[in-house]
Amino acid sequence: MNTPAVELDSLNHRYGDRLALNDVSLTVRPGCIFALLGPNGGGKTTLFKILATLMTPTSGSARIDGADVVSQQRAVRERIGVVFQKPSLDVYLTVAENMRHQGNFYGQSGEKLRLRSGELLERFGVADRANDRVKALSGGLQRRVELAKSLLHRPRVLILDEPSTGLDPGARVGLTDYLVELRDKDGVTSLLTTHLMDEADRCDVVGVIDQGRLVAQGSPAELKAMIGGDVITIHAADPDSLAKRTSQRFGTQADVMDGVVRIERPKGHEFVPDLIEAFPGEIESVTVGKPTLEDVFQHVTGHRLWDENSSASNGGGKKHG
Amino acid sequence: MADSTPSGGMLWLPTASLWRREVVSFLRQRSRVVGALGTPVVFWVLIGSGLGRSFRMPDGSGGGVESHYLEYAYPGTLALIVLFTAIFAMISIIEDRKVGFMQAVIASPASRLAIVLGKVLGSTTLAVGQSLLFLVLAPIAGVHLTVASVLALTCVLVLVSLGLSGLGFLVAWPMESTQGFHAIMNLALMPMWLLSGAFFPASGASRWLAVIMAVNPLTYGVTALRHALYLGSNQPVQAAASPWVAILVTIVFTAATIGFSVFAVVRNR
Repeated sequence: MNTPAVELDSLNHRYGDRLALNDVSLTVRPGCIFALLGPNGGGKTTLFKILATLMTPTSGSARIDGADVVSQQRAVRERIGVVFQKPSLDVYLTVAENMRHQGNFYGQSGEKLRLRSGELLERFGVADRANDRVKALSGGLQRRVELAKSLLHRPRVLILDEPSTGLDPGARVGLTDYLVELRDKDGVTSLLTTHLMDEADRCDVVGVIDQGRLVAQGSPAELKAMIGGDVITIHAADPDSLAKRTSQRFGTQADVMDGVVRIERPKGHEFVPDLIEAFPGEIESVTVGKPTLEDVFQHVTGHRLWDENSSASNGGGKKHG
Repeated sequence: MADSTPSGGMLWLPTASLWRREVVSFLRQRSRVVGALGTPVVFWVLIGSGLGRSFRMPDGSGGGVESHYLEYAYPGTLALIVLFTAIFAMISIIEDRKVGFMQAVIASPASRLAIVLGKVLGSTTLAVGQSLLFLVLAPIAGVHLTVASVLALTCVLVLVSLGLSGLGFLVAWPMESTQGFHAIMNLALMPMWLLSGAFFPASGASRWLAVIMAVNPLTYGVTALRHALYLGSNQPVQAAASPWVAILVTIVFTAATIGFSVFAVVRNR
């Protein structure tokens, strides 16, 4: 019970000169849905591969449910269910055939496997498609089969790499709902990588990873509380000048990101009238909002999640992914 | 915990599973069936018919008679069917590993030996199946098959297929892209076939070519096929080596490619 589901200790990984993971330490408690949020190339996929025993870290250790990913590979493989970003189904085989193969790889066979497979397909609402070739299924249904397949051997920990790739927002919500159900009914821990704020928002704990470093972690609410108050965004004709003068006049930090002025401030609604009066005619629009995980990401990293420069300067993860 | 020792359930069950998948997926893709069997047959017919009249065996026989070359090239065409099947199977490894089915196999506790065996046995089954279909055309080549020669051919085909599939696996496993594999195929695998005595005998070739042919392991595979084809007949066999040498070399080659493949899978993460 007290064994952490996932435990990383000073994990480092290098591709040549590039440090893809930089001293990452992390504990995920059992029965938790943990989202690793970060840009492409930030180190998420590298971490996923290490946890899924597909790659050996340069240094440091990673344990899953107490088993070390390097020295106890076999034990780790038996404990984890892996959902890949890219499809891992054979499209020429039927759903049931794919399930049967998967079971075989985990030493399951016969009637027991058939029943377990049927039960999972039922649970994920794809039982009626069991005898269809995977090719004939929509992307959303294929994802559900991927998830069902990864659960055949009753893993304690699910590791999912960008599980909602290619899914529409509705299907994304559905996916997280399944993870919640697995957590509540079976006590399955999930660790997923994502670059989607809405997905991370629905998880229990979010770890923000950027340029190989774990820069923040906590529940979505805790992370948002790091930003004392509201986030005010201003569209203006000359954002740079406006940001500068706002800082001077009100003594508050105002940054420009992607041509938009951004201010973090408690009681934002009281600040807006002052702002508009101070710069008449210059402001095109103002929005005041509670902080989102996007704001948290900007707060802790100083750049946007989708910032082109940041993903280009450390974009090697994609090549290796 | 002995992580590397495969327990029974984690070896044979995944092996059988991968084998079945290989065969079923193949049969469901018509283009692959046509490609693997059709290409060598077209090669054989076109080259055999085109080259047949000008081809002369080093002993002076065969010149001007088309069917002699068709007969000469027949065992080599069997080897080509096997080679093409192995190549097709191995291209799928490269594709499957980054995006696809193999990802899940690698992340599973299945024995690493099962990954190699399942793939290699699957490819071997397909290759031998197609080669046996090709035997239907033996009378066109003027080859008289007997029960003994068909049985011997089957055994040798299994052996050669295991070896070439193992070689394909070994080459394909570390590859990042199928483009790289195509380069290897054109620069190494096809010349390996051309210089195996499948196409022309070493005795008529220049000295340096003859040396390459003598060290080419596939030469012995094709030689073994040639001996098997004429088993029980008193026809003289145009062969580069004695049957037992040919079989021994092929066994060693097969064991080596499969052994190194397993090593590559265990090591390469």
